[in-house]
Amino acid sequence: MSDHSKSSPLKSYFSVWIALLVGTFLTYEVAKIDLGVFNSAVALIIATTKALLVAMFFMHLKGASERLLKLVVISTIFFLFILLALSMADYGTRPWS
Amino acid sequence: MSDSYVAVHGETNDPALRHHFATEEQQRNASSLGMWIFLGTEVMFFGGLFCAYLIYRHWYFGDFGAASKSIDAALGGTNTAVLICSSLTVVLAIWAAQTAQRTLMIAMLILTMLFGLAFLGIKGKEYKDKFDEHHVPGASFSFEHEEIPGHPGQYANPRHAEIFFALYFIMTGLHALHMIVGLGIFTWLLIMAWKGRFTPHYHTPLEIGGLYWHFVDIVWIYLFPLLYLIDRHP
Repeated sequence: MSDHSKSSPLKSYFSVWIALLVGTFLTYEVAKIDLGVFNSAVALIIATTKALLVAMFFMHLKGASERLLKLVVISTIFFLFILLALSMADYGTRPWS
Repeated sequence: MSDSYVAVHGETNDPALRHHFATEEQQRNASSLGMWIFLGTEVMFFGGLFCAYLIYRHWYFGDFGAASKSIDAALGGTNTAVLICSSLTVVLAIWAAQTAQRTLMIAMLILTMLFGLAFLGIKGKEYKDKFDEHHVPGASFSFEHEEIPGHPGQYANPRHAEIFFALYFIMTGLHALHMIVGLGIFTWLLIMAWKGRFTPHYHTPLEIGGLYWHFVDIVWIYLFPLLYLIDRHP
């Protein structure tokens, strides 16, 4: 975050950019292969990796010093998890529907 | 005693530092924390839609596959690349502000907006295709004799496919609305940059505007595989 050197952020920005483009190409190509039940798992793993790259390097979560910020991010993910997990624990286990 | 008081609350000559903040760093952190809290509410807002998607995808698995296959995934993939490039130009604009390169900052902001407009243009083409194919939920909706991927001879239930398209239009539409709001924010940032308001010292609006833009990018990163890439394999 601080200015150790002027060129280091640029290098990471361009590396992340290329990684994101490769991830997009990868998820597009892998979707054409039949992996059975793992299709959506692979798609979501690639998407989450890309989202993490954007959050860590472009949104500067990596190196963020403020604890309050980390609390907000972690609780956001936690509440999203509650929303999705509890809903699917209900809808996913209804043998009668 | 009075010295340290002055050091904390004194009227410095820096117009960028509001008097209720002790230091510039505290002011910056407060702004970005506010933006992150807003983004947290946005995650929950989109989360509800993702939850609805999950439930119906679970119920109407094959129908969703057939409906998803009718969307042009190449257009969606291009749009993903366009948004990723726009995220890069946003961080480059902030870097330019930090290193006092005004021309580069303005160029990067304009480039970001052009990528945003390109995204909306491609989206418009996609929507037009869906209107032409009568895949828009409503009175003229039609999705007859579309095979379920992996089940030859079995056809998708048009009512179930209609739910997929309803989710598709609501989720991508809401995302496109966020893009339009983002373009508005970046127009304002461009005017501020043009007027020379951003310095290596003070460029918080650029940073929090950028946070919003990256968040919209992340939403798309999930929408792309979930709406465009399910059951693409032959």
